[in-house]
Formats: sequence, structure tokens, C-alpha cells
Amino acid sequence: MTDDTLLEVRNLTLDIPTGAGTLHAVRGIDFELRRGETLSIVGESGSGKSLTSLAVMGLLGKGIRRDADVMRFEDTDLLTASRRRMRALRGDRIAMIFQEPMTSLNPAYTIGDQLIETLKLHRRVSTSAARARAVELLEKVGITAAASRLGQYPHQLSGGLRQRVMIALALMCEPDLLIADEPTTALDVTIQAQILRLLVDLTREMDMAMILITHDLGVVARVADKVAVMYAGELVETGPAAAVFERPSHPYTRGLLRCIPQPGKTDRGSQLGTIPGIVPSLVGEVTGCAFRTRCPHAVPECRAAIPVRGDAAHDFRCVHADGAISAEKETA
Amino acid sequence: MLPFILKRLGLALLVAFTVSFISFLLLFLSGDPAAALAGETASGEDIEAIRRVYGFDRPMLVQYGEWLVSALQGDFGESYYFKLPVAGLIAERLQVTMILGVCGISFALLTAVPLGVAAAIRPNSIVDRVALFMSVAGQAMPSFWFGLILIVVFAIQLGMLPPSGAETWRHFILPTVVLGYYAMPAIMRLTRAGMLDTLNSDYIRTARAKGAGEGRVLFKHALRNAIIPVVSLAAVQMGFMLGGSIVVESVFALHGAGYLAWESIARNDLPTVQALILVFSMFYIVFTFLADVLNAWLDPRMRSA
Repeated sequence: MTDDTLLEVRNLTLDIPTGAGTLHAVRGIDFELRRGETLSIVGESGSGKSLTSLAVMGLLGKGIRRDADVMRFEDTDLLTASRRRMRALRGDRIAMIFQEPMTSLNPAYTIGDQLIETLKLHRRVSTSAARARAVELLEKVGITAAASRLGQYPHQLSGGLRQRVMIALALMCEPDLLIADEPTTALDVTIQAQILRLLVDLTREMDMAMILITHDLGVVARVADKVAVMYAGELVETGPAAAVFERPSHPYTRGLLRCIPQPGKTDRGSQLGTIPGIVPSLVGEVTGCAFRTRCPHAVPECRAAIPVRGDAAHDFRCVHADGAISAEKETA
Repeated sequence: MLPFILKRLGLALLVAFTVSFISFLLLFLSGDPAAALAGETASGEDIEAIRRVYGFDRPMLVQYGEWLVSALQGDFGESYYFKLPVAGLIAERLQVTMILGVCGISFALLTAVPLGVAAAIRPNSIVDRVALFMSVAGQAMPSFWFGLILIVVFAIQLGMLPPSGAETWRHFILPTVVLGYYAMPAIMRLTRAGMLDTLNSDYIRTARAKGAGEGRVLFKHALRNAIIPVVSLAAVQMGFMLGGSIVVESVFALHGAGYLAWESIARNDLPTVQALILVFSMFYIVFTFLADVLNAWLDPRMRSA
């Protein structure tokens, strides 16, 4: 752990007790994030990306068991931090925006009330100073007539505007870390690009680290420094974004990349890839590679423990030393 | 907010006017009022004489206009039975009913809302089960029976409280409990359902992500949204309590407006019945209006409605 490490997570495990047995939703996740860095966690629905981020926030639902070797934010051990300490971190040092801008703001209070509340929860400031800060941030996230928006209610704003307000809300206290959980999924395609651009600009301008959770690899390519690919509760591949896109090593990562059109690589008129099969059940004991039921290169050894391959910067977990790249080329 | 209030006020007045016409017509629904007044042994001439004296021979709309104008001035005519002005009679009885109604709804809200919130914070916990048991018991138990049990236990066995009458505040304790307990279950269940729903919403997660404490999350962010349907329900129950707690008033010998209505119907005392219906309806209209305004204050989305 170097000095500018902001967040370090080692061997994070999340278990959810269900009637049918324990659901091992997240298993042995490692990642770390330096100041100002953007990490993108990619995976399909149910892969445990959102749960991982909620675990960092200390906002897991009742009954979910969290276990880890290390979970540290700056000097705070998140595993042992008191509720009071977690409350002080949330909204101040770590902020979060969510997928659903339509329902993430309280319908009963004005935009201004909600922005000001956030600042006042963490800073001793006058209402007029908090107001000024709210206007400043609304302008920063590209909302026109910011001062008059303060008196408006969420239902008077469009989805795109509401997501901008959510971003302003998250930035009120200038957090060190912003967790964005699918921030553009619920928006129109044209708005998606704007919001993403805004997030990138703001993280640079404010020297803020970001965990961007998404299922859209196209988004990742434009934004992230580092990528962590999750499948069924495990990290299958992590590395610098450029390296992962250049040399996708895990069969699942390559499968995901084939699902999106890439300029210059995908031929016009050719069919985009799909990954056949469904995500396995994670109830009961889970061993070996979770992707083996859908992997074209699965071998009996996939049931056993899977070695970590690659180097410290770019690693992946597969029984095939090369992630079955050679096998794939032969069949192609 | 102001345009909304004015619009609702206009609507309320319109409803009030309609209700006044209907309650006036009730006089004629039960047949010829002159014949009813004259009694079974009266001759045709007597009935005709009564018809002229009371003005029943004039066109109905004229009679309505006259009745409405005097009603607006607080004159509801004279009770056939008591031979006293109806307005004074009702005002006197209404006092008891209003004390009982306000105490009853307060008791219901003060027990049901906290209980509903507590039950929603920990669903299926012991608190939730106790609350469920209390609401089922409250819904299943008839008021008169619960009232009698309270009288037997607290007034007769323990001698702590008076069994009947309306002289001191102590006389109102048992009736308040009975009336309030009748309204409690519905409010409790609605609060619980509303809170459960709200606590699972995205904006509660946002509030927690902001670093808000549990108290703030529960009472500032959740309760305000959860309580909206409860306001409408409480308004209807309040109207009901001010108008129709006949059972409770009878059990505890509190001679309030509900009891007066029951007596007057039995005695064919039409001016009193008419005035009471009008007054009770006005209560409903006023409380519905207040509930609408309160809800619009709680939820800005309703202001445009």
C-alpha cells in the first residue's frame, strides 16, 4: 500500500443468508484505488458490483454478512469503524450517486433543501453560505438558472437534470471518492454521454477518485484508468484500462468485448457476439471458476481452485496459462 | 400553494351548498311533514292548519331559500320536541362531542403513529407482533363491549374513574380510550405500510449515503412521505367521531350531538335532524379540506392537482 492509496480492499466476501442456503454474492474481491484515479467495475446484472460499492459505503442491507482481510479508506479501517465514523465519512469523504435519478431525490423537499442539508450535515456553515455553495455546484454540473432551481422540487425536473442534481449533491463536501453506480443507465442515450463527460471532467478538476460501476464496456473505455471485470461475485480480470482492452485475457472479458461494436474492429454488417447460458446459482458452496458453465474453453480442471495469472498490474484468473487465447485463435 | 388552497376552498363551498340542499330535502323524504307533525289522530283540517302555520304549502325552493338564509345566520328553527331553538340545543350538545372527538382522534394518532413507525423499523419483531395483535383486537372488538369492560374494570372494580357522565375531565378518559381505540388499527396499519414502503425507497438510500443519522432518515425523510395517506384517513375518522359516536355516547351517558341525533330521529324532530346532518356534513367538508391542504404542504406534487 503506497502513500497515495485512497481505498484498499482485500479479500472482500459478502454472504446473504436465504431460505435455501447461503448466497455467496461476492467472493474474495481485491482492489485498490489511488487519489484521482478512476476504477471501473464491469459486469452483468447480479455480478455483485453494486453490493461491493454498498459494502464500501457501509450501507449493506440488514442480514448481509461482510468479511474482508483489509478494507481501508485513508486511515480509517472500514471493517471496525463505528457507525458514527461511517456516517461522518459518508457524504463527506465518500459520496455516491445511483442508477435511478427519478426516485433518488426526496419528493417532499426542494432541490435547495436537499443540497444544503448535505453540507450542513458535515460542516458548520451558515444557511446562506451553504446556499451559495449549492448554486456554485449546480452551475458546475451544468444547470442553468441555478439560483432559481433551488426552490424547485424533484418532480419539476427531467431525469437528466435530476442526475445532475444528484451529482451536485454528491460533490457538496468535495469528497475524495465518488462511487457512481450505473449513473447513466436510466438516461436517454444523448444524455448518457453528457453525464459521463461531466463526471470525467469533474473528477479531473477536483482531483477526485471515482469507482464507476457499469455493465457498458463502451463507457469504461472512455473513462477508466483501471478496470475490474466481475463475474458472478468474483473478479475475473483486473488491470489498466488500456491493457485490458488491448489484451483481454479472461475468456469472459473477451466475450463481453465481442458484445459491443468497436470502431475499426467490428466489420459493418457483421453480427455482434453473445455469451450463451446464464449466470450460475451462488447458493451453497461455490468452487472453481464460476464462468466454466458458459466458457467455450472449459476443461475438468476448471472445477478446482483457479490460479491468478499475469502480473501485479494486469492479472486474470483462468486455468489456461494464456486465458485460452491460443485455443480461441485456432477455432477462429 | 395559494391557488391550490383557493381551488379546494371553492370546491368545498360547492359541496357544502349541495349538501345543504340534500339535507333540506330530507324533510320531505319521510312523507308529508305536516301529517307527521299533526300525529295519527289529527283530522284533515288540523293537518291543513299545520301546513299553513309551518309554511309547507309554499313552493319547495322558496322554503329552501328561506331555510338556508336563516341557517346561515345560525337560525335552524325550533325543535318540535324541546320547543327550543335548534341552534342552541346543538351548540350545547356539540361541546361534549367535540371534546370527545378531539381527545379520541388525538389518542388514536398518538398511539397509532409511533406504534406503526416502530413496527415498520423492525418488521416481524416483537414490537411488530404486539402492534398487529392490538390492531386486530381493536378491529374485532365492538365499541360498546369494550366500553362496558372498561367500566367494569376501572370504574366498578378499581373505582379509579367515573363510569358515566360528563362533569369533569376524568369522565372523558374511558370514552376517549374506547373511541380512540376504534380508530387506532387503521391508522396504525397504514402508517406501518407507508413507512415500510418509504424506507425501501431510493431517496432513503440517498439520505443515508449523505451521512444522515437514523433519526433524521426516519423522521425527516421517511415519515413525511409515509404519513400522507394517514392524513386523509384521520380526517375522515375525525369527521366520523364528531358526528357519529352514538354508541360511545350512549354507553357512557355522555349526552352529546350523536346521542341527540339518535333521540331526534326517534322523535321525528325534523328541524333538529336536518340541522345535525348539516353540521355533521360541514365537519366532514372542513376536515377533508384541511387534510387536502396539509397533504399539499407535505407533498408538493399534490399542489398542482
